[in-house]
Amino acid sequence: MQPPRVPDSIRSNRLSAETYAENFSDLHPLLSEHQAFVEADRCYYCADAPCQTACPTSIDIPAFIREISTENPLGAAKTIFDSNILGGTCARVCPVETLCEQACVREFAEGKPVKIGQLQRYATDAAMAAHYQPFQRAAATGKKIAIVGAGPAGLACAHGLAQQGHDIDLFEARDKLGGLTEYGIAAYKVTNDFAQREVEFILSIGGISVKTNQVLGEDIFIDRLLNDYAAVFVAVGLGGVNQLGIQGSDGAVRGIEDAVNFIAKLRQSKNLSTLPIGKNIVVIGGGMTAVDIAVQSKRLGAETVTILYRRSQDEMKASGYEQQLAQTNGVVLRCNTAPVSLQSHQGWVTAIDCVETAEKNGKLVETDHRFSLECDMVFPAIGQVFVPAAVEASGARKLEQIVDSSGRIKVDSDYRTALPKLWAGGDCVSRGVDLTVAAVEAGKIAARSIHSSLSQGK
Amino acid sequence: MADLNTNFLGIKSPNPFWLASAPPTDRETNVERAFKAGWGGVVWKTLGEDPHVVNVSGPRYGAIHGADRRLLGFNNIELISDRPLEINLREIKAMKRKWPDRAMVVSLMVPCEEKNWQAILPQVEATECDGIELNFGCPHGMSERGMGSAVGQVPEYIEMVARWCKSHSRLPVIVKLTPNITDIRHPARAAKQGGADAVSLINTISSIMGVDLDRMAPIPTIDGKGSHGGYCGPAVKPIALNMVAEIARDPATHGLPISAIGGVTTWRDAAEFIALGAGSVQVCTAAMTYGFKIIEELCSGLSQWMDAHDYSRLDDFRGKAIGNVVDWKYLNLNYVVKASIDQELCISCGRCHQACEDTSHQAITKLVNGVRKFTVKEEECVGCNLCAEVCPIENCITMIPQTHGTDPRTGLAYGRDYSNWTSHPHNPSSR
Ligand SMILES: Cc1cc2nc3c(=O)[nH]c(=O)nc-3n(C[C@H](O)[C@H](O)[C@H](O)COP(=O)(O)OP(=O)(O)OC[C@H]3O[C@@H](n4cnc5c(N)ncnc54)[C@H](O)[C@@H]3O)c2cc1C
Ligand SMILES: Cc1cc2nc3c(=O)[nH]c(=O)nc-3n(C[C@H](O)[C@H](O)[C@H](O)COP(=O)(O)O)c2cc1C
Ligand code: SF4
Repeated sequence: MQPPRVPDSIRSNRLSAETYAENFSDLHPLLSEHQAFVEADRCYYCADAPCQTACPTSIDIPAFIREISTENPLGAAKTIFDSNILGGTCARVCPVETLCEQACVREFAEGKPVKIGQLQRYATDAAMAAHYQPFQRAAATGKKIAIVGAGPAGLACAHGLAQQGHDIDLFEARDKLGGLTEYGIAAYKVTNDFAQREVEFILSIGGISVKTNQVLGEDIFIDRLLNDYAAVFVAVGLGGVNQLGIQGSDGAVRGIEDAVNFIAKLRQSKNLSTLPIGKNIVVIGGGMTAVDIAVQSKRLGAETVTILYRRSQDEMKASGYEQQLAQTNGVVLRCNTAPVSLQSHQGWVTAIDCVETAEKNGKLVETDHRFSLECDMVFPAIGQVFVPAAVEASGARKLEQIVDSSGRIKVDSDYRTALPKLWAGGDCVSRGVDLTVAAVEAGKIAARSIHSSLSQGK
Repeated sequence: MADLNTNFLGIKSPNPFWLASAPPTDRETNVERAFKAGWGGVVWKTLGEDPHVVNVSGPRYGAIHGADRRLLGFNNIELISDRPLEINLREIKAMKRKWPDRAMVVSLMVPCEEKNWQAILPQVEATECDGIELNFGCPHGMSERGMGSAVGQVPEYIEMVARWCKSHSRLPVIVKLTPNITDIRHPARAAKQGGADAVSLINTISSIMGVDLDRMAPIPTIDGKGSHGGYCGPAVKPIALNMVAEIARDPATHGLPISAIGGVTTWRDAAEFIALGAGSVQVCTAAMTYGFKIIEELCSGLSQWMDAHDYSRLDDFRGKAIGNVVDWKYLNLNYVVKASIDQELCISCGRCHQACEDTSHQAITKLVNGVRKFTVKEEECVGCNLCAEVCPIENCITMIPQTHGTDPRTGLAYGRDYSNWTSHPHNPSSR
């Protein structure tokens, strides 16, 4: 069978070079010094600050904001890095509107929280610009630890352990470190190769030896790692995606591409004008990834972008702010709408058939109202899943012991798995939410737990 | 990391930040929390003789707020410790034992008779504290009873009491001065004359915070009446800086150790006092406003700044600014600056224009070629700095020293040699 011809409507070079540059520049540009002072002055320096409680890594937010307002941005950065070594990424990618800024008492008082995320960026950018390294390694312990996966969780864990004087071998399947910060986060949130600059900053503490293109389950194996190292931390994230499972989505119709895949291509593209995008895009899903792919498609020059979400708008996982971002970018949100099947011409998608849904007795049901949307690209963004194969193929005999019913690795509050010497954290575990900041916290806590367990000689 | 260790009169503390004698140091609970938070030392809330004083049960405090209710000035009519002497002494001893590396200074105020001082000093010594501070400062309440600022306003009394304390105690003696006086050098000289090891300043400034126009009474109001209280907080820092500088540069007291107090809120305030010679820095209002946790910012900010300037110890910059505090008559009259407005930063509010136009030298335009634009007319600008101070944007207006060419305002060349008032032709005594 002939492979289907890519329709003409899928084109690169839709925009001028300046428009591409503008569309993918910083979503929130760095605050100027004046803006930072004005904003920092708004902080009340609350007692047991609610913002700090709301931060998964418990950054001492009032303290760092006070340091900014007393013209001590490096001290502010140190305060941030003390709790969150990826404070630079988190400042850019955290859904602050559901975390610290939602809790800010100024939100309560006037509906206008202190811009904590942007102040955090102000401080951490100052530190990176000054090549400020606030941490020194403790005396070498001679202990070697393997970390698999160099996303936020792996990097945070590596830094925490390196700081304690341990030696780390950091294994990564891809050729660049950073995990989804490098391959997944929306381009306009982390501009200017930020992920790689942050990786450099983290590694500059020393003691972390990086081994790229090392795939767990292919090149390295859990059993052997557990044998060779004092401890192992697995932070491989989510390798798979949920399948759309509608008629035609099994590969019979082309033009369907998983959102995470497409974003990775976008993130790695050196020149966005060479990245083809369709004219009419349909995105399926209601989370952060759905919004990200929708907005980025629009900014690549797609003419219409529609998000289909089968439940009501209130139930979308994307925050109110993100929904707004989609809408101000001209993305159409169609909630209570489920995809049913794909139409195609010469093997390429031309439209998606949908049905409207409604809530009945707490259950989502299909209504009689059906319609079709013209499209030449469909991006399912309906969730990622953990692929146990990596741990399985490596012969971790007792897979059922370490993976729980949610299909992810089971850990305790210290991120220990059921196997001795094996810790895991980040998206690949069933504990916590799938956010960068939660992955950092996991890596940080795991590092503490590994360190204290090694110090006790256990 | 810079070393913040402090040695003041042999009293050691891990950083120069002490809590001033006031409610934050009133009792064991507070002091314990303060030490846990990281404060370098405390001056215990002033002890008096039994029976202990009583405080009003109405409001004790008043405040001046800036925009957004930022507390800028603070006032109180609180007296000295209102708890039995014995309890205070017991707690002081327990705290010093538990926190031996922190400075523990005990503030005292008893009637102006030798026997009273003679009686209390051994009891204080028995707590194993590091030193005593003589409270000659409180301007309210106690002064009506012949203590506090009533003593601090009479240099002879200061000298006398300091001498008694030195002769009846082996502890270092710090005399805490009141700012409610015309010339701070006189009480400082008296303290030194009396043998005091150091002075601390400032205590609070006599003040009325406001008038309640409904009750026609001063604020804070107690049952329809009010009394003047002591003013402190960020607003008093300039007064304190000047008084510290005056003592530091007075030949009669130069080198006399100073524990600086008054409006210290950030690391920078502290650094400024230390640059004027302070050996330690005391804080009250900032702690009362923001809690003990600010010690983190104070230490982190001070040591970051020291690192950035290659000062490894406090002594590396202590007193460095004293030599640059001079009498007006020694200022260089040939030094010329002109205001310069950064058009990139300017938000066109026009405050600089209005201020200069109405109250200064009409040296800032409002329109250029019919367009709203604020620029400096060098031929009018006297370099006074008013525009820069009223500008809402940091560093938008700067004063640029002029070194080449001619001043269009005076017709005189820029960059002429240093020359001051003492030799100026208009000075009647220079002829
Ligand atoms: C499109 C998208 C947008 C997102 N946007 C946001 C956002 O705006 N804000 C936010 O807070 N969160 C966001 N997230 C979630 C966030 O990126 C993740 O929660 C976070 O990256 C998880 O970190 P991690 O270290 O657990 O995993 P990852 O970042 O996935 O890192 C895992 C690492 O392990 C490597 N690896 C995988 N398998 C193997 C193997 N077998 N052997 C060796 N190495 C392996 C991977 O290559 C990767 O480097 C987004 C996620 C996606 C998919
Ligand atoms: C409520 C209050 C009570 C005070 N009580 C005393 C006191 O008992 N003894 C004393 O020497 N100074 C007392 N002071 C003065 C402070 O120690 C300090 O000198 C003054 O407040 C200036 O410092 P600040 O600007 O940091 O507050 C008191 C100040 C306040 C605000
Ligand atoms: S809640 Fe808001 S005002 Fe309070 S400390 Fe946090 S940022 Fe500051």
